[in-house]
Amino acid sequence: MTSDNIILETRNITKFFPPNIYANYKINFNLKEGEIHALLGENGAGKTTLMRILFGELTPDEGEIYIKGKKARIKSPRDAISYKIWMVHQHFRLVENLTVTENIALGLANKIIHPEKEVESKIKEIMETYELRVDINAKIWQLSTGEKQRVEILKALYAGSKILILDEPTSVLTPLERERFFKVLKKLKENRTSIIFITHKLDEAMKSDRITVLRKGKLIATVYPYEIDKNELVKMMIGKNISFLTTKNKRSISNKKVLNVKNLWVLGDRGVYAVQGATFELKEGEILGIAGVAGNGQKELAEAIVGLRPISKGEIYICEKNITNKPTRFIYDNGVAFIPEDRIGTGVIIDLSVIDNFILKTYYLPEYTKHKIFIQYNKFLNTFNDAVKKYGIIVPNPYFPVKTLSGGNIQKLILARELSKKHKLIIALHPTYGLDVATTNAVRKTLLEESMRGTSILLISEDLEEIFLLSDKIAVMYRGKIVGVFEKEKADLHTIGLLMAGEEIRGA
Amino acid sequence: MRIRIRKRVVESKRKIILIKIIAVLSALLADAIIFLFMNVDPLRAYYEILRAAFLTEYGLTETIVKFIPLALISFGLMVVFKAQTWNIGAEGQLLMGAIVTTWVALNLGFLPSYIIIPLMYFSGFIAGLSWALIPSFLKIKLHVNEVLTTFMMNLIAQKILEYFVYGPWRDPHGWGFPQTAMFPENARLPILPGTRIHYTTLLLALATCFILYVLIWKTTIGYEIKVVGGNIEAARYAGINIAKIVFLTMIISGGLAGLAGVGEVGGIKFRLNPNVSPGYGYTGIVIAWLGGLNPLGVAIAAFLYSGLLVGGDALQVAMRLPQATINIFNGSILFFILAFDFFTRYEIKLER
Amino acid sequence: MNEWISIIRTIIEAGTPLLIGTLGQIAIERTGILNLGAEGIMIMGAVTGFAFARITGNPWIGLVAAILIGIFFALIHGVISISFNGNQTISGLALTMFGIGLSGLIGRNYIGIPVKHIPRIPLFPLDKIPILGQILFNTNPLVYLSFLLVLIYWFILYKTKIGIIVRAVGDSPETAESMGISVTKVKYLGTIIGGALIGLSGAYLSLIYIPAWIEGMTAGRGWIIVSLTVFAMWDPIYAVFGSYLFGGVEVMQYILQPYGIPPAFLSMSPYIVTILVLCIASRESIKKRLGAPKTLGKPYIREK
Repeated sequence: MTSDNIILETRNITKFFPPNIYANYKINFNLKEGEIHALLGENGAGKTTLMRILFGELTPDEGEIYIKGKKARIKSPRDAISYKIWMVHQHFRLVENLTVTENIALGLANKIIHPEKEVESKIKEIMETYELRVDINAKIWQLSTGEKQRVEILKALYAGSKILILDEPTSVLTPLERERFFKVLKKLKENRTSIIFITHKLDEAMKSDRITVLRKGKLIATVYPYEIDKNELVKMMIGKNISFLTTKNKRSISNKKVLNVKNLWVLGDRGVYAVQGATFELKEGEILGIAGVAGNGQKELAEAIVGLRPISKGEIYICEKNITNKPTRFIYDNGVAFIPEDRIGTGVIIDLSVIDNFILKTYYLPEYTKHKIFIQYNKFLNTFNDAVKKYGIIVPNPYFPVKTLSGGNIQKLILARELSKKHKLIIALHPTYGLDVATTNAVRKTLLEESMRGTSILLISEDLEEIFLLSDKIAVMYRGKIVGVFEKEKADLHTIGLLMAGEEIRGA
Repeated sequence: MRIRIRKRVVESKRKIILIKIIAVLSALLADAIIFLFMNVDPLRAYYEILRAAFLTEYGLTETIVKFIPLALISFGLMVVFKAQTWNIGAEGQLLMGAIVTTWVALNLGFLPSYIIIPLMYFSGFIAGLSWALIPSFLKIKLHVNEVLTTFMMNLIAQKILEYFVYGPWRDPHGWGFPQTAMFPENARLPILPGTRIHYTTLLLALATCFILYVLIWKTTIGYEIKVVGGNIEAARYAGINIAKIVFLTMIISGGLAGLAGVGEVGGIKFRLNPNVSPGYGYTGIVIAWLGGLNPLGVAIAAFLYSGLLVGGDALQVAMRLPQATINIFNGSILFFILAFDFFTRYEIKLER
Repeated sequence: MNEWISIIRTIIEAGTPLLIGTLGQIAIERTGILNLGAEGIMIMGAVTGFAFARITGNPWIGLVAAILIGIFFALIHGVISISFNGNQTISGLALTMFGIGLSGLIGRNYIGIPVKHIPRIPLFPLDKIPILGQILFNTNPLVYLSFLLVLIYWFILYKTKIGIIVRAVGDSPETAESMGISVTKVKYLGTIIGGALIGLSGAYLSLIYIPAWIEGMTAGRGWIIVSLTVFAMWDPIYAVFGSYLFGGVEVMQYILQPYGIPPAFLSMSPYIVTILVLCIASRESIKKRLGAPKTLGKPYIREK
């Protein structure tokens, strides 16, 4: 099916982000007509930047884009659309309060009056051809994630796009939705649409026609899946053979219950129960991994444990102490450390200094204050300097504003802060999401060391590799319920994957 | 050629101050042009302001007189703005302070001054604080936008004031003017001889400056204020009681505005009338912002602005301009600071 | 009977400046710009309208001048909010202060002098409808304009592509931008329309409702507009109810005054009602159901 006609080509694309990051450096990339092209790389490799340049959302500092051999001037998404390029972002570009048809009519319809009626018949036609079914009169906020993605693709097809860019399209989908998604891709290919999809999952990349690997802003290679194996791809992605933290030192987990959650019910933001009767326990020094696609109640579960979200029903005990619906600070003071999901949004205060961020959980403790009123910064400096060394945080001095730090450094700072306070339980929400390999390994190593020291860890992650690597026990969360708990030795990837997709497994 | 805009990573302090000065000068220039259009000689107007405010001994003492309420109000607003809470109700809080103090002075005048004067300060503080309490409560419990409610509370306070001075409190021997009787001697604040400076309130203002400096930079409460203002999600996550901080900062600013009200009726007018405040509460917003929400900056800005107000009064007398004219400066200085702020946050380059 | 007709008509006439202003405020805020400068724009409209009507002897020219000054003033706020990503709360307050100050300066020579005002003009033949005709169609032209504006607003907002674009820009500017819409342009357009209407509402006070120039004559109406917009949930139809409700409160002051209620208490009632209304409108459940612009007050920064 794939012809060798090159439909899109970039020459020497370079994009610099101050102060010192080349997000893209002299990238020569090409796309053939009617191919499915995987853009593979780690978080921060520059994949999204390159695609946003193609879509006209970012202007490159250097380099040119050629379409069908002719130099293209793409200064805005409007230009890109006129070249029949379309990008579906990881965070969907949909207006929640508008209906499906209104969203498509926005910018694409010609009629001034009732534009949503104009687009309707053509949308229905496209829905039939590509089997992209969705209720077109529903408002976006009423749709599931998979449906929203379908609306995005509908939009692209309505605009007559021939080059479709998809930014991590599968990261939000359940395994079943994922299968359906790849079927749609095939249909698109049959209709001679060229597709670039961004991923950091090897097996998805292997399903494509060609793979381009980016690393730290540079294009490493473009290869055919049949001429390469996964190990070589990994090497290209990360540059060296990383030694996975394979085995843990044998250690005995005591029988002391550190965390005990009993029939927990928690309301989500939309007023429906996000956590529905979760029951589990965590022993001293044990790591419990909770697997699941994001949005199945994991965040609400974590927030309920630390008191950030009211508990409707059920009880939580920490070392036999009932902490149900207790104030957040009380729970932290009882030995809970919490690594939040949104580093920048909730983890730090971007305008304050590094040291001010470091003391966020301890500033009021008697040992650091005079009469519980005056903060004694000098008492913090020692702890801070030790932490900087221990966790390898790169920062010129404690009074530097946090906004100058990289994402990895911020996560290390958060970790250092959480562990600088006495704790017996760590709740980690997607602790390595979006981090580079080195930082990811550092974070994982720290968690393992902590568990060795007897700290219990509730690890919530979408990354199955991470879950299998670190956990002693693995639980799966689906639609607010714990649908299975396994000893790590007895768990297998296939079963976990099915459970995450909502399949019922007997005996689980 | 194209224009390229980039966010700066680090903003240098010196540059921020320099740009603020340029902004203020530009605003004064723009206002001069407006004055020209309005057939007001700007040079004469500005000279009049400068002379009246800073170049005569009397003017300088008058500047200090205006500095007292402005400093109290803007110090309070500095704290509340730091928590990203927008109390624009200082005007009403001042008025309520003035009203309640007047009641104390007129009804408890039999008390010796060493009792009644502290009592006046105390009651004015509580009155301002209580007036700020209502919008704080609505914000915390019902999520009502405090900007709108605090402003409405200003208008309501003005009406309450009018009710009393036109109604039950009107001085029967006052030739029908809407004002109360004069305060008894022992309910008047002590004054530096030869001036109108009621120094006890001045000392209170200076002490406030110092206390708030310590509060913001040295204490746990100040730290919490900075965290709430910097990132409310992080504050929630850290287990900081956000409602407490909003409440606390609101009542600090309300109480201080109330104290300003005490000074105005107890130390200057010695009676209540509808013109207690020429918009001190609004000017305080400009000063807090202009001073970069830090105590020293706010103190300097408050002093300069006091001079501007004294000059404004001189304009009213010498050039017969309405008192509201001063608001032109308030608005335009803010505009220019906001616009120029862009240049501190972003770097703009022309490229070929 | 006739007395009631006249009272209801007066209520509508008192509510009309609020309605026109609120419609203007809706245009600005629907695109995601928080505008606390309504009071400043309104009072500038009032003084400019009066001045031009006085100078030219033609109140209609006064209205046009008020519209233009409204646009100009709203654009100051627009430039700071849209192009300079400035703090919209502070910028709006600055606009209010600036307007109050400048209007005082401009208006110092116009205090207490008469002006040729715009009279009631019956709209034939609609004014012959019994009762309703007298209430709705025997009044001043701006009332008719406000009826028309409400219909136009409703139609554009919910039935046309422009409405979809405006709602998208206020809710999710990134989405609008990615669909090839210039968010900046839409925001400026909203600002211009809004400024024009708020300016016009000011001139309504000085050329129709009062008609005279009094320093500070808007007396917080600009702030009532800001609150009414929240109350109306940025919807033109709800804005009608809200405006007439407040018009009613205003008129009741004068009606109740002879019954021994102090004028200060009556004239503070609109402010108290505003606060009560805000308490109701701010309830989370109501906010969610109706579409408040999600990005209100937040600068939209387009990366380049």
